[in-house]
Amino acid sequence: MNQETATLSAYVPPKARSLLEPHRLFLMAVFLVIVFCAVWFLRWDWMPKYGSRLAYGVWQTLVMLFWTSVVGFLLALPIGLVQVTGPRPLAWLAKGFCTIIRGTPLLLQIWLLYYGLGSLFAQYPEVRSSFLWPYLRQAWPYGFTALMLSFAAYEGEVMRGAFAGVPRGELEAARAFGMSRWTMFRRIWLPRAIHRALPTLTGETVLQLKATPLVATITVIDVYAVISKVRQDTFLTYEPLLLLALIYLCLTGILVGGFRLLERRIPTRGA
Amino acid sequence: MPFNLDILALSPPGWGGVLLGGLLASLELAVGGYLLGLVIGVGGAFGKLYGGPILRDLLEIYTTLIRAVPELVLILLLYYAGTDAVNQLLLLIGLPAVDISGLAAGIFVIGVVQGAYSTEVLRGAIQAVPPGQIEAARAYGMSPFLALRRVTLPAMLPYAIPGLSNLWMIATKDTALLAVVGFSELALVTRQAAGSTKSYMTFYLAAGALYLLVTLFSNVVISFIERHARRGMPRTV
Repeated sequence: MNQETATLSAYVPPKARSLLEPHRLFLMAVFLVIVFCAVWFLRWDWMPKYGSRLAYGVWQTLVMLFWTSVVGFLLALPIGLVQVTGPRPLAWLAKGFCTIIRGTPLLLQIWLLYYGLGSLFAQYPEVRSSFLWPYLRQAWPYGFTALMLSFAAYEGEVMRGAFAGVPRGELEAARAFGMSRWTMFRRIWLPRAIHRALPTLTGETVLQLKATPLVATITVIDVYAVISKVRQDTFLTYEPLLLLALIYLCLTGILVGGFRLLERRIPTRGA
Repeated sequence: MPFNLDILALSPPGWGGVLLGGLLASLELAVGGYLLGLVIGVGGAFGKLYGGPILRDLLEIYTTLIRAVPELVLILLLYYAGTDAVNQLLLLIGLPAVDISGLAAGIFVIGVVQGAYSTEVLRGAIQAVPPGQIEAARAYGMSPFLALRRVTLPAMLPYAIPGLSNLWMIATKDTALLAVVGFSELALVTRQAAGSTKSYMTFYLAAGALYLLVTLFSNVVISFIERHARRGMPRTV
């Protein structure tokens, strides 16, 4: 069960090296005909009216993705670390956290936080009168927290493997150089672990992007919520959803390409 | 107020029975979708490895598209498109339109999504089988299907099980997404129960515990299966 996250292969785009083979040209022609039919026979006249709102939705999705991933990753570092080297109670705590978050659906966690915790907060006058209340009344802090905790749990499991996988000899060499524990962690252990975890980070971030539309179920406005609004207003079933799928496809592509550039910039030496 | 456990009683004033019914529906969905996904996955993996160039490209497009678009969007699209397509097809051959049950549509949706992931898992596992074993089976004169049943499938199982068990976990959790299209599985039932009794915390925690139980129980079963599939293999760890 420990290999759970690691085995989910990252998204690999098809090879583009022989795009001009005859059968591919044929497939592309078929594909172009399908796209042309979709543009010609389906209704797209609602697009200009909702264009700015769609752009806002995409921006909100990206903001959500970025901050939940960054904060979640920072949280994943201690979660992974204490499971490798921390005191027993902390290690158990981190392990329990990972098991619970990864064992229940994210949708349920979001609803638990928003409806459950939200209704609980509303009952206490101390919370209602505190300076945090204006924020706690909105939906996005709950969505943000749920997404962040989810990312932290999945990435924490990856980081546990990465911390445990750094060769002992390197750490012993650091100690032999007289580095203190903190210096050793900062200079050797952490960079090596992050380097080992980078390839899985791409997959995890794509998974996180695919999880963001769930916050639309608790009234947070992201690109999915905008499309839902379009569907309610225009009574169209397929067109908005097809556009939404296309938007996510592009976002995933950009994300994967960006991470590939990043990975290429980090030098690797054959072990 | 928040933890009044009487409302979780099994008989009608309590909602426990309703929750268990939802759990059962979730499990039916997960099992059905997972099995359909496995069938698609076996076909897809063999198509990707041994198929012609067009089939291979089409499968590549299928797995790439499914894995790049959020499950929530796919479930909405496939749920409407799937039921629509069946009715159009029936209309085309002159049969009256039928009302497709939510369960069948849900299993179809989960199966198509799972199929893309299991295609990749199984393709990797088949490639991990030493090619000599498959060639030996062919050399014995086994038909491709017999070689598949006797050699390739059993030999690739140890390599596939970690990925497949991971997919089972994802399948159980993906069933919750069908709440969005109004299929009453555990998550939607919980939401209705919580909404009508106003004790949100109790119900969401109870549903979370049920999901967690499924996961933990699956982990136990999976470790048994894994030990069985790896028997006779050298211990690497």
